[in-house]
Amino acid sequence: MRKALKFTTVLFVTLLLSCGGSDKKEESSSYGKKAPEKKEVKAPASQRIDLSNKGIGSITSVDLGLVVDQDMAAQGKEVFEKMCTACHKADKKFIGPSPKDILKRRSPEWVMNMILNPDEMVKRDPLAKDLLIEFNGSPMANQNLTKEEARAVLEYFRTLK
Amino acid sequence: MKKILTSTIALVTVLTAFTSCNNNSGNSGGNSGALSSNVAEKVYVAPGEHDSHYAFISGGYSGNLTVYGLPSGRMFKEIPVFSQFPTSGYGYSEETKPMLNTSHGFIPWGDSHHPDISQTKGEIDGRFIFINENNTPRIAKIDLKTFETTEIIEVPNSAGNHSSSFVTENTEYVVAGTRFSVPIPQRDMPIKDYKGNFQGALSFISVAPETGNMDIKFQVLMPGFNYDLAHPGRGASHGWFFFSTYNTEEASTLLEVNASQNDKDFIAAVNWKKIEEYVNNGGGKMIPADYAHNVYDEHTHTATSTMKKEVRVVNPTDVPGAVYLLPTPKSPHGCDVDPSGEYIVGNGKLSANLTIHSFKKMLVAIENNKFAGDAYGIPILNFEDVLAGVVEQAGLGPLHTEFDGQGNGYTTFFISSEVVKWKLGTWEVIDRQPTFYSVGHLTIPGGNSGKPQGKYMFAMNKITKDRYLPTGPELEHSAQLYDISGEKMELLLDFPTHGEPHYAAAMEAGLIKERSQKIYDLEDNKHAYAAKSDADTKIVRQGNEVHIYMTTIRSHFSPDNIEGIKLGDKVFFHITNLEQDFDVPHGFAVLGQNTSELLIMPGQTKTSIWEPSKVGVWPFYCTDFCSALHQEMQGYIRVSPANASTPLKWSMGEDIE
Repeated sequence: MRKALKFTTVLFVTLLLSCGGSDKKEESSSYGKKAPEKKEVKAPASQRIDLSNKGIGSITSVDLGLVVDQDMAAQGKEVFEKMCTACHKADKKFIGPSPKDILKRRSPEWVMNMILNPDEMVKRDPLAKDLLIEFNGSPMANQNLTKEEARAVLEYFRTLK
Repeated sequence: MKKILTSTIALVTVLTAFTSCNNNSGNSGGNSGALSSNVAEKVYVAPGEHDSHYAFISGGYSGNLTVYGLPSGRMFKEIPVFSQFPTSGYGYSEETKPMLNTSHGFIPWGDSHHPDISQTKGEIDGRFIFINENNTPRIAKIDLKTFETTEIIEVPNSAGNHSSSFVTENTEYVVAGTRFSVPIPQRDMPIKDYKGNFQGALSFISVAPETGNMDIKFQVLMPGFNYDLAHPGRGASHGWFFFSTYNTEEASTLLEVNASQNDKDFIAAVNWKKIEEYVNNGGGKMIPADYAHNVYDEHTHTATSTMKKEVRVVNPTDVPGAVYLLPTPKSPHGCDVDPSGEYIVGNGKLSANLTIHSFKKMLVAIENNKFAGDAYGIPILNFEDVLAGVVEQAGLGPLHTEFDGQGNGYTTFFISSEVVKWKLGTWEVIDRQPTFYSVGHLTIPGGNSGKPQGKYMFAMNKITKDRYLPTGPELEHSAQLYDISGEKMELLLDFPTHGEPHYAAAMEAGLIKERSQKIYDLEDNKHAYAAKSDADTKIVRQGNEVHIYMTTIRSHFSPDNIEGIKLGDKVFFHITNLEQDFDVPHGFAVLGQNTSELLIMPGQTKTSIWEPSKVGVWPFYCTDFCSALHQEMQGYIRVSPANASTPLKWSMGEDIE
């Protein structure tokens, strides 16, 4: 009898807990406003600064010149406008974040890996994972840029101020 | 006690084994025994693994071509060819409607029959696959880089385009023979005057070596028989083409009786090299003819249809030595040539025997001018002079033969419902296996070539009956896969096929797999209405035609709010998929779309016309679950009354002000 009671109690509590859990979830999604998560003290991924993380992918080191290569940047602008503007605006947050000042927050390698290897990045890179959540699960599309094109886009990003 | 228990268990085990054996043989048609235990392994393709072979199985009255993997029997794709296909918008979208244009107007369906893969030096090369349309005679070419139909040519003067579409050793030609003879040119005349007046056209369609572009080089106008099936010569007989005939009686009514009178019909041997030379020297004559030539350009993503006005015809008696008739019992159906090119098999469907002609003996008889007579001036050879051998009493109702490249032929028998393996040269029967039920064609990978790839053979059956869970009166046809690597054929697998598979072409996967295209390069998109970036999106009104240049990317349309459309407008949604990643198509549907949806591959542009019939605000959305935000991929288009003054506006990401 005692055992049965114990069991019932556990079951009841479990039910309660799981109910509570799902209630909470529903609340946050149905009202659209995300309640500030108490445990999370980190800034949103888009504002976090991490210059040591190189991301995951084929790019392990990038040499940025002291001055911006204007020809390369112009070429990068062209690529960006053709392949990226469906989701990114140079000056403001759109479907995805704005690339403005990106190199103050991210390493150049991370930026290029995010362009060239987005599928793996959003699965395994902690920053990219958080970004995916922050931007409503909207995936970073792999636009099949060449390394050269991605490098040029990076150079263009240096001109965005 | 323990002993008794043990022996009981043993007994039960043995009994169980027996019972399951019995069940097994009942289900698989007598193919039990020790060997059958590893049958499952032979067709098992583990999750994520690939099949070793592609099989392209004709869809028959579905008008399409289906792609399967072997040995698993899994279907990967249905390629729309001669029929509208709402799944992708083929034949509904503005870009692909011209593909189904003919001299009889727009034809939304077809009856596809015999696929054949392109060849180089007598070996299949996996570049293109051709398939014939039987009902409104056409030949289509499918590019195996994209698995899309890229060209369709109508065949004039043909009717019941059945002895088609078979390629020569270097894909010089894809050949299309007529089943029904007709008046050429078509004219108003009494049917009873068929005999001597109707003709059968055998069309040689040249295939450009690089591009694969098709063009009718010449048509041989033959006597008014039925030209049933055909195969090219190869090796020594390269340069010849062989066609089986029936109804050499030239009956026009009750053919099941009247076309079965003659003891022998013919296999027509056509020396196309000789006729080609004659034509290259100006031989033959151009006659008026109406036929459509439809070409899909993968850079503009758009098809064009051109009406051709004449075709070159050749009277076979004008080219001495070009055509001979080989007597063949009895209403032969399949006409198959072995890998060496020496043996021509006539599958006399009303005969129990298989007749095999010798190419060498044929040449000798021609050399010696030994003829039994002529038909409308075409020499008939003596049966005995050309006969290589007979496979005696192999079964009932022989239809088709394929070869394994190891010196064996495999023939289907429709009436006795079996495949019979026999040896070339000795003509002895080696093995027979039942099929379920009433087999038509069979296919061995690389079968119609100088180098069959062996290993597997599959039989395509006409009758399914009890092979699968019942699905009401209408059933998909069944196919059976056999392992032919041993002396005996071994039944491995049953799998359903779509439509009515007549013939199939199959090959090892390697060549095709390597070249298979993943996306269309956006850079190369030359579509007249493409919007290749967000900056190109716009709406242009020309009278009551409204052209919307729209883009898609995960997970939005641009623009997604449109106003200023009026009743009576013809709205063109030109949609470009900006994605450049493998397997990220987007779909497009708008409420009240009375054509079909569009399924747009990465880098591609497709167009759907929408003529709204009601005032209102109508949603459009992506039909292909493209991302976690797929359900958010939607938009609205506002339709105002015809006399309204709502300005034309569009936006995305902000309200239309």
